[in-house]
Amino acid sequence: MAHTIQLKRMTTSEMGLAIFAALFSLFALVVAAKAETSGYAFHAAIFTLASAASVFAIANRYFNRPAALPPQEVDGRPNYNFGPVKFATIASVIWGIAGFAVGVVIALQLAWPGLNLDLPWTSFGRLRPLHTSAVIFAFGGNVLIATSFYVVQRTSRVRLAGDLAPWFVVLGYNLFIVIAGTGYMLGITQGKEYAEPEWYADLFLTIVWVVYFLVFLATIIKRKEPHIYVANWFYMAFIVTIAVLHLGNNATIPVSVFSPKSYIVWAGVQDAMVQWWYGHNAVGFFLTAGFLAIMYYFIPKRANRPVYSYRLSIIHFWALIFLYIWAGPHHLHYTALPDWAQTLGMTFSVMLWMPSWGGMINGLMTLSGAWDKLRTDPVLRMMVVSVAFYGMSTFEGPLMSVKAVNSLSHYTDWTIGHVHSGALGWVGYVSFGAIYCLVPWLWNRREMYSLRLINWHFWISTLGIVLYITAMWVSGILQGLMWRAYTTLGFLEYSFIETVEAMHPFYVIRALGGLLFLGGALIMAWNVWRTIAGAGEPASKMGAIPALVPAE
Amino acid sequence: MSLWNRHKIFETNSIVLILGILVMIAIGGLVEIVPLYYLKSTIEKVDGVRPYTPLELAGRNIYVREGCYNCHSQMVRPLRDEVERYGHYSLAAESMYDRPFQWGSKRTGPDLARLGGKYSDEWHRAHLAEPRSIVPGSIMPGYAWLATTPLKADGIEQDMKVQKLLGVPYSDEMVAKAKADLRIQATTDDPEADALLKRYPKASARDFDGNPAEVSEADALIAYLQMLGTQVDFRLYDNKANLR
Amino acid sequence: MNETYRMLAEFAQTWGLLYFVSIFAGVLVYALAPSRRGRFDAAARMPLQED
Repeated sequence: MAHTIQLKRMTTSEMGLAIFAALFSLFALVVAAKAETSGYAFHAAIFTLASAASVFAIANRYFNRPAALPPQEVDGRPNYNFGPVKFATIASVIWGIAGFAVGVVIALQLAWPGLNLDLPWTSFGRLRPLHTSAVIFAFGGNVLIATSFYVVQRTSRVRLAGDLAPWFVVLGYNLFIVIAGTGYMLGITQGKEYAEPEWYADLFLTIVWVVYFLVFLATIIKRKEPHIYVANWFYMAFIVTIAVLHLGNNATIPVSVFSPKSYIVWAGVQDAMVQWWYGHNAVGFFLTAGFLAIMYYFIPKRANRPVYSYRLSIIHFWALIFLYIWAGPHHLHYTALPDWAQTLGMTFSVMLWMPSWGGMINGLMTLSGAWDKLRTDPVLRMMVVSVAFYGMSTFEGPLMSVKAVNSLSHYTDWTIGHVHSGALGWVGYVSFGAIYCLVPWLWNRREMYSLRLINWHFWISTLGIVLYITAMWVSGILQGLMWRAYTTLGFLEYSFIETVEAMHPFYVIRALGGLLFLGGALIMAWNVWRTIAGAGEPASKMGAIPALVPAE
Repeated sequence: MSLWNRHKIFETNSIVLILGILVMIAIGGLVEIVPLYYLKSTIEKVDGVRPYTPLELAGRNIYVREGCYNCHSQMVRPLRDEVERYGHYSLAAESMYDRPFQWGSKRTGPDLARLGGKYSDEWHRAHLAEPRSIVPGSIMPGYAWLATTPLKADGIEQDMKVQKLLGVPYSDEMVAKAKADLRIQATTDDPEADALLKRYPKASARDFDGNPAEVSEADALIAYLQMLGTQVDFRLYDNKANLR
Repeated sequence: MNETYRMLAEFAQTWGLLYFVSIFAGVLVYALAPSRRGRFDAAARMPLQED
């Protein structure tokens, strides 16, 4: 750094990564040529092209860059690395719209089955994993990567660790999404919910995730602040736990290196337990811990006041991660899983209510004394409503984990409604709020292009969420009751298909709700586009305090 | 010196944080998962449960590929209405060779754990091709292409070898005869069917898709569906021996 | 089943409870100790400081 005249040389990581990518490109080409299925050949070809492109990108960057790598500090201030954050932010908007759109399509398929078109790649069974992965991993994952890379830099007051590594994380993660998503449509799946990608995609994600972990950890280690801010604790728990869960639930043996098919090392009951240990903690650590990190940074920042109680946030953190890990068996009530495990899962799920509401109160009370901002700042309103939805679904969750309630709710749309009050209300809104904060900060604008449009987004999608979850409550409870209804003579009152036919109106309402939510997201995309294109006023200085609308 | 020490403590703090997180999550997961490998009710065998035949395995892989688990469960709970609607509640042992398990989490369509033998092959063929021709109110997608797609199972013995490696009791003979067994099971009145039945008791061997000219994906899938839940003879099953 | 269940229940009600309470107590002590008050208050303001 101290050199004034420096000989331009390729760094070890540039050289190493370029050589590795070139070799891998050749290897993937061989696999593509010898692949047993055309879908797998297609994926190997994507890997070939992506590795070749990264060799080109590294070389191109080398020829265009100055001799010295970007400095850690400029004029005594950290020289933040926001390129990967910008990429992930835009990716999250695009994937969000794709994921919501597929959700609307499969909702319509349930109302009008002709829309399956009776083609392999458009049938519900293949599109549903596409929807869940697109919204959770593509939309949610990019939001988490973008915000975590932003927050860890700002709260550590140092530039993101690594030179090529952050870009590898962002681009590699999105390549994984492309492989996973196209795989489902081609029928490449492990058949485990929320863990559908096959062995090679899992392996690739493992590498990306380890680099993600190292970049995050190294940035924290070289921080200039004495304390690790609590949002980073939540991000760390999210990254570490997802790594453990991913490895545990995807322990498979491939049939051959030329085949996409693999078999899981766990079988039957054990596989079920591992799957829901994974599945529930994907909710707990991906969709909760990660997004709580967003809550703990973006709400205080936007409201311009510190979090209500920092001590409560620490208790919240440890209690949440300790309790969540036990709750998985509540997905397996009354199954062949032993009773003691079910009871354990139920007990911890009920206890989870406490830390969840502790966190909710902490988020909401941060606004105490500044409630008027909710009226004037639609971004803050969105995030606060998301915390309210968090409170609602973390109350509903423990309720549904009680065995007596679960015997009615399980296998019905009530579960779908519950998931979506958390997914649309909590994860969706807190993500939208974070995007609305991040875009002006990253692109150096005073504020989003239009606060009016944010208002429209808020109200349209709120209406959509309300339609969605009420339709699912009614259809879920109705179907659950119909399944167990008896006539006075002691016979089952309804055939299964009669209960399916009764769902039709609610499926139509649900699709309408989803359509409104999608509409809101499209408004957001337009707003983000206009902001980046420079339609708003520029900020006075780089990374300035988010300019709030005057509150009074 | 003091500055160095302070810095060191901060650095260890982030490692301490990670260790704390790992300890917290490890205990919960291990307590719930490890006992499942030792408890009687979860590892005990039940008479009649056997590994899948090559054709059933290929059919099961199609079931997984098409994402049937998104709408159909394979787990009858011990609740009065479910037992009356579907049949005997599911036992842990009945899915001991399931990789992955397909218990499912949603019943957009009915449970399939006891589907085997409930309907004829003709019913399944017509229903898979056009569900609403058999069940007018159905919202299931049509899978007409399964009957016209030849089953690609050249590597089925490789699949069985991997399963064997994972502990599924496939004998060397079963692996060696896998490809032949697959064809035999999809043929009506094949002379070698007796040998197949010796290897895989209670397997049904016939032309499932009604097209003797080729073994299609529908052959495999229907063979799998017709086997579901039929392995244990509940007239002989002693539920006291396997309380859960 | 009864044997396993009783054994596990007993374990949960003794060592499990102890483990659970001690972790919770440890977290409370860590979070609420007066000596850490200043550090936590400073930490809470971290997102609001500009550089």
